[in-house]
Amino acid sequence: MIKSELVEQLAEKHPHLPQRDVERAANVILDTIASALEEGGRVELRGFGAFSVRHRPARVGRNPRTGESVPVKEKHVPFFKTGKELRERVNASREA
Amino acid sequence: MSKTLTRADLAEAVYEEIGLSRQDSTELVESLLDTISSRLAQGQSVKLSSFGAFNVRDKNGRIGRNPKTGEEVPIEPRRVLVFKPSQVLKDRIDGKLSK
Repeated sequence: MIKSELVEQLAEKHPHLPQRDVERAANVILDTIASALEEGGRVELRGFGAFSVRHRPARVGRNPRTGESVPVKEKHVPFFKTGKELRERVNASREA
Repeated sequence: MSKTLTRADLAEAVYEEIGLSRQDSTELVESLLDTISSRLAQGQSVKLSSFGAFNVRDKNGRIGRNPKTGEEVPIEPRRVLVFKPSQVLKDRIDGKLSK
């Protein structure tokens, strides 16, 4: 499923709302999560999961081809930990 | 650092930025998470452009080890959810937080 299909389904579930508002709302939700992470914050959505930022310190890497040492800068990467309920539901789909 | 956001904060953002009622805003946040979850619970992935992709991945069973006791424990094959952030999201976060 891609974002446009997600918006379509949301609009079907909320027929009294203009589809344009539903689309803007979906974007605001995702953008609010991104903004929180940008500030180094967390977003906890019970049953779904939690978004956070992980820090990867600077390190000395190696060019695997030449064996040469190269400095790798520190990095901050977004991380999602699946919530318990969703994790169980996803795993249950194996048998289905 | 900054505070942790929850569903209520996301609903508040929708209320303030779109001007929908508080009830509609709350319901939309819930519906969005429900719709994504249902797809994933069907074993299908969800791709949200400029945000990231929630992918479903099958893992083989393996022999694990209890790190405390050293005891071997079988880990069953399972299906897990992995979030792959988009390059846009990664750049946004790293650009703001790394020196």
